[in-house]
Amino acid sequence: MPVIPLLAMIRKDLLLFFSDRRSVIVSFVVPIAIGAFFGSIFSGPGSNAEPAKIAIAVIDQDASLISKAIVAGLQSDRNLKVATPTEAEARDAVKRGRTAVGVIIPKDFGDAAGKAFFGDGAKPDVNLVYDPSRNTELAMVRGIMTQHIMEAVSREMFGGAMGKQYVEKSLPGIKASKTIPDAQKQVLVQMLRSIQTVYNQPAASGASPRPQGLTMPYHVHEEAMTAGSNIAYNGYAHSFAGMGIQFLLFAMANLGIEMLLERQRGLWKRLRSAPVSRFTLLTGKAASGSILSFLILAVCFAFAMVVFKVRIQGSVVGFLGVCVACSMMASSFGLLVAALGNSPATARGVTTLAVLMMVMLGGAWVPTFIFPAWLQQFTLIVPVRWAVDGLDATTWRGVGLTGALAPIGVLLGFAAAFGALAANRFKWEEA
Amino acid sequence: MLTINHLRKSFGSLVAVDDVSFSVERGQLIGLLGPNGAGKTTTVSMVAGLLTADKGEVLVGGAALQGDTDPKKRKIGLVPQDLALYDELSARANLRFFGALYDLSGAALDKAMAAALQLVGLADRERDLVKTFSGGMKRRLNLAAGLLHDPDILLLDEPTVGVDPQSRNAIFDNLEELKRRGKALLYTTHYMEEVERLADRIIVIDHGKVIADDTLSGLQARTPGLGGERVTLESVFLTLTGRSLRD
Ligand SMILES: Nc1ncnc2c1ncn2[C@@H]1O[C@H](COP(=O)(O)OP(=O)(O)O)[C@@H](O)[C@H]1O
Ligand SMILES: [Mg+2]
Repeated sequence: MPVIPLLAMIRKDLLLFFSDRRSVIVSFVVPIAIGAFFGSIFSGPGSNAEPAKIAIAVIDQDASLISKAIVAGLQSDRNLKVATPTEAEARDAVKRGRTAVGVIIPKDFGDAAGKAFFGDGAKPDVNLVYDPSRNTELAMVRGIMTQHIMEAVSREMFGGAMGKQYVEKSLPGIKASKTIPDAQKQVLVQMLRSIQTVYNQPAASGASPRPQGLTMPYHVHEEAMTAGSNIAYNGYAHSFAGMGIQFLLFAMANLGIEMLLERQRGLWKRLRSAPVSRFTLLTGKAASGSILSFLILAVCFAFAMVVFKVRIQGSVVGFLGVCVACSMMASSFGLLVAALGNSPATARGVTTLAVLMMVMLGGAWVPTFIFPAWLQQFTLIVPVRWAVDGLDATTWRGVGLTGALAPIGVLLGFAAAFGALAANRFKWEEA
Repeated sequence: MLTINHLRKSFGSLVAVDDVSFSVERGQLIGLLGPNGAGKTTTVSMVAGLLTADKGEVLVGGAALQGDTDPKKRKIGLVPQDLALYDELSARANLRFFGALYDLSGAALDKAMAAALQLVGLADRERDLVKTFSGGMKRRLNLAAGLLHDPDILLLDEPTVGVDPQSRNAIFDNLEELKRRGKALLYTTHYMEEVERLADRIIVIDHGKVIADDTLSGLQARTPGLGGERVTLESVFLTLTGRSLRD
């Protein structure tokens, strides 16, 4: 490979790139600005802050012991932020998106729930009004509510005044019942009697422990799986990877368009008149593109590291490998633009669309795990997906070199495929 | 030095160059004269190895070019019709780049750049960006870029388009100097007065075909003027190519 022409071509492309202040700003400043913005949105609270609470409204139209206990239980739950407005206010707040779910405990709920607890009488309703755009939160509220209702109802029925009344009232009825078989009557009466025994026991010395009722038989210990148990998920790592890739692809598409402009202005012919092979000409472009792409990623991540404490928690070699492979993929994409494009103007439109599709499907804007399963599968054919996954793996996920090998391999494969197609389709003959 | 034999090139059904033959010797300037679309650039492109001819051959120093990296390409300098310059770079950076394409570097490159800039009179503007140059200065720099590697053959494709009279004269002086140094020059144009001043031999080409290949006086002798005085080349040209509008 003739070194002097090759180095001259790389030098020339870099000089041209940096002489264009607009392209420098678009490639280096804009991704940092957008990365910081998305990072601050997707980071969530820091490692030591409380988890985000779900805003709900509770309307207690019952005001019974049970319903009050439910409200108290919900209010003490660390996952919820409970307001107690009127029903109309709650419905309005949900409609406006300020509250995820409104829980309406209707009149006589406690009474009916107590009876239904022992399988007696109809089950009362709890009414939920919810924001249809927040289904996940609805599901969580439903689960949390089950816990607090079961606790409140069982505590009251096993140990509270209402339970006592209920047992006293229902004992004669059960004895007289003609529908319950005798054997079963026996067991039921026995059970209610022993409950009464518990109630009637004199309070133990000191503070009598309030009857517990049914409680959740476990505690959940939550640990977010990131690079280490004491390292927080850093949304900036993902957002800077995504934006870096997006804008280096734009820069490379632009490099391809610049080649079309070089051709249009007759410069390409001039290069071709020199005793330089086609391979050298394309390699020079690919090399300067790769260097620029790598610079864009490096500057992006350097900024994220200094300002947002993003760290390469995994393999540094793997991280650099993904960056290099991604840069080569992007620059060969630029060559493809130059090979397939006709006029610079139409190429600009088509490639802008192509880049936006790639980065959107590749998870540069929003992580791919929120995509439906079929789309997650489909996006494996998008090179950006592999680049984003590889950078995520080596930064905040803290995966070792093994996690970077597949992305590096696939990205190099894309680079080779794009490069081969570009070389194959490149128009050399021109008057 | 440069011999062209029965060159032919068509684009689809259009025959752009049709059986063109001529040769250029050392210290000679051949004017390739023809209206727009005559096939001048297509011919030059085939000579420079940018286009493959459908038929015929181009011999550089007696042998045909073999592929893109043939060292014989160093004997050819192309000064293209479109300005082959990077506007955003300085004159120096442009020359450095084009010189490096011919493997020039270090002191040899510096020397070549200094000589070329000196010849075209841009030595004092070498650090300025090309976009600040006038049309004439750009044309002169375009010429300098084609001279860096000291080629034996210079292909000049309409090198004076959009140039003020001062720059044009300067370019003519440069070309006469190059001729004295023994270069073989192929000069395309549609301006009669340019070939009248410069050319040792004039080839008139139209619709891809050579319609005359002669010296200036030979051409003028072909079209006797009224009253026996010598006619201008312009009337010869119009007689040969017809008066219908081109472009
Ligand atoms: N790449 C091309 N594809 C199709 N036609 C072309 C191409 N290049 C030139 N031509 C046509 O060939 C003819 C000769 O063009 P050209 O050599 O550029 O003329 P000149 O340089 O004498 O003005 C013109 O009719 C032009 O339209
Ligand atoms: Mg032309």
